[in-house]
Amino acid sequence: MDFIFNIEGGDFTNAGFASSEVKKILKKLNVDPKITRRVVVALYEAEVNVVAHAYRGVIHVDIDTDHIGIVLDDEGPGISSIEQAMQEGFSTASPKVREMGFGAGMGLPNISKNADVLNITSEVGKGTKVEIITYLKPQ
Amino acid sequence: MTVKEIIETLQLTLVGGGQGMDKEVTGAYTSDLLSDVMGNINEGNVWITLQTHKNVMAIASLRDASAVILVKGLQPDADMLEKANDEGIPVLVTELPAFEISGKLYQLLFK
Repeated sequence: MDFIFNIEGGDFTNAGFASSEVKKILKKLNVDPKITRRVVVALYEAEVNVVAHAYRGVIHVDIDTDHIGIVLDDEGPGISSIEQAMQEGFSTASPKVREMGFGAGMGLPNISKNADVLNITSEVGKGTKVEIITYLKPQ
Repeated sequence: MTVKEIIETLQLTLVGGGQGMDKEVTGAYTSDLLSDVMGNINEGNVWITLQTHKNVMAIASLRDASAVILVKGLQPDADMLEKANDEGIPVLVTELPAFEISGKLYQLLFK
């Protein structure tokens, strides 16, 4: 099953929409709630990253019999050092975003903790692609 | 203990999401950093915070929180309230600061 969601940069009102839809779908499919939680935490953080940092993005969700694959592809400033971005506490979020309680530098570490596979590729000035894979059965 | 019992015992004001009053409370998590809550709150927990925007309800719903308590008499933004009513997650207001309401709720749930 494939699902596509669009994200607008800066639109915090709708942040979490894709995560909420994916949660409903996984519940209907009787996916183990522990796995659903991992998928939802990782997807929400990735979604918020696009809203907070990029101009726009597309989310592709592929639900297969043995895994859930999520790809977030955004047009935005990109990440100059992925290694630095992965560090807990590192953030380039604006003061406005931080005031809302985002931008604590916990998003990417949260994704990493909740994904079985995480691939991030980025080109400065173009955008970032985040791939998250969660297995439905222990590997 | 249900959300309703907590409201009565701690004299909280229900401002929205009243359909969820019978939800069972498993504990609580106090934090204003959204990613911290996203990563650490457990199902059925009450979330104690000073954040009053719509994203609070998105996280409360995604992580199956039983209720949200706003501290220091803070009121939810209109779109937060609307989402609370849509999702049926109670939003409660206390005049107390986070430390005091967290302590009282801890006493009530675990002592």
